[in-house]
Amino acid sequence: MDTSDDAAVYRLTEDMALIQTVDFFPPMVDDPYTFGQIAACNALSDVYAMGGKPKLAMNLLCFPSALLSPAHIQAILAGGADKVTEAGALLCGGHTIEDKEPKYGLCVSGLVHPAHILTNAGARPGDILILTKPLGSGILSTAAKAELASAEEYAALIACMTTLNAGGAAAMQGLSVHACTDVTGFGLIGHASEMADGSGVSLKLRAADLPLLPGALSYAAMGIVPGGAYRNREHFGDGAVFAQDVSLSLSDVCFDPQTSGGLLISIAPDDADKLMAALETACPEARVIGKVVPRECARITVV
Amino acid sequence: MNTVDALGRSCPEPVLLTRRALSASPDALCVLVDNPAAKENVTRLAMSMGYRVDVAQKDNVYTLELTR
Repeated sequence: MDTSDDAAVYRLTEDMALIQTVDFFPPMVDDPYTFGQIAACNALSDVYAMGGKPKLAMNLLCFPSALLSPAHIQAILAGGADKVTEAGALLCGGHTIEDKEPKYGLCVSGLVHPAHILTNAGARPGDILILTKPLGSGILSTAAKAELASAEEYAALIACMTTLNAGGAAAMQGLSVHACTDVTGFGLIGHASEMADGSGVSLKLRAADLPLLPGALSYAAMGIVPGGAYRNREHFGDGAVFAQDVSLSLSDVCFDPQTSGGLLISIAPDDADKLMAALETACPEARVIGKVVPRECARITVV
Repeated sequence: MNTVDALGRSCPEPVLLTRRALSASPDALCVLVDNPAAKENVTRLAMSMGYRVDVAQKDNVYTLELTR
């Protein structure tokens, strides 16, 4: 059944399944090493979101040789290689082609026990929802492009996007996690909507508890919102209800497309405190952001 | 009324052009954009600065009148 997960899973033996995923995109930051790190974190994330461990990775690189120097290309690849190493996986070559616009990413293979595969389709009414990274990376990237973001805001953005979801995935081990997805291009509301549909439930989120990158709300209020956020609002907005006192800026952040975003975890209420305790070191900005309820008209309610 | 022509520009450029133009002519401004995201973003900027925004659309072109 297709419930819009981002990776393919193939059972190899009774106790081993292969997770296969690929992700690549054009740069959202100027520094090539940082871009390589972000692209790798983003590509590896799908394996973590499905409860697996990354094992092998291959580079996909498109670049305009007239614009990018060999040093640039080496820096992008070094950023990617360092994150693959940090993830405990092996980088084994890849493929490069000439293109007008640079793009980089990885094809990643991971392993998971078939009984422990996590999808976005298992959330149950009563579950607690936890998000492991702050929101607003699309808005902050746009602010950085406009040279509006402060040094502190930019540092927080880069730290968020270059953090592997490995810590979040490790924290879930052994706990009663019913569903998990990573929050990326469709934004929080988009990925939450897919979890709601996949699981046949609705999600209630608390606006005041959403972790946000510094500056996200004020840049949204200034109209520094990427086009993708409006497309997400158009696509997923009908199924999402915002309480009247939730600001337009906060709803913009909820639709903001995320790069290398955090894990959205649906966990049995008895294990939620244990998960928050386990996340304390690896994901200090993780927050309980709401709960799962039986299916209602609205997929997502933000109060 | 001064006019900002942001046709063909994608975000965040229309917002930055509007911000610059408002500091030069703070009383009223007309902004031309040709995509919905730019219309929304310029509207958000103007509202946050206390302007009234009137939008007219003809084909793909949005004309935003910012007054206060």
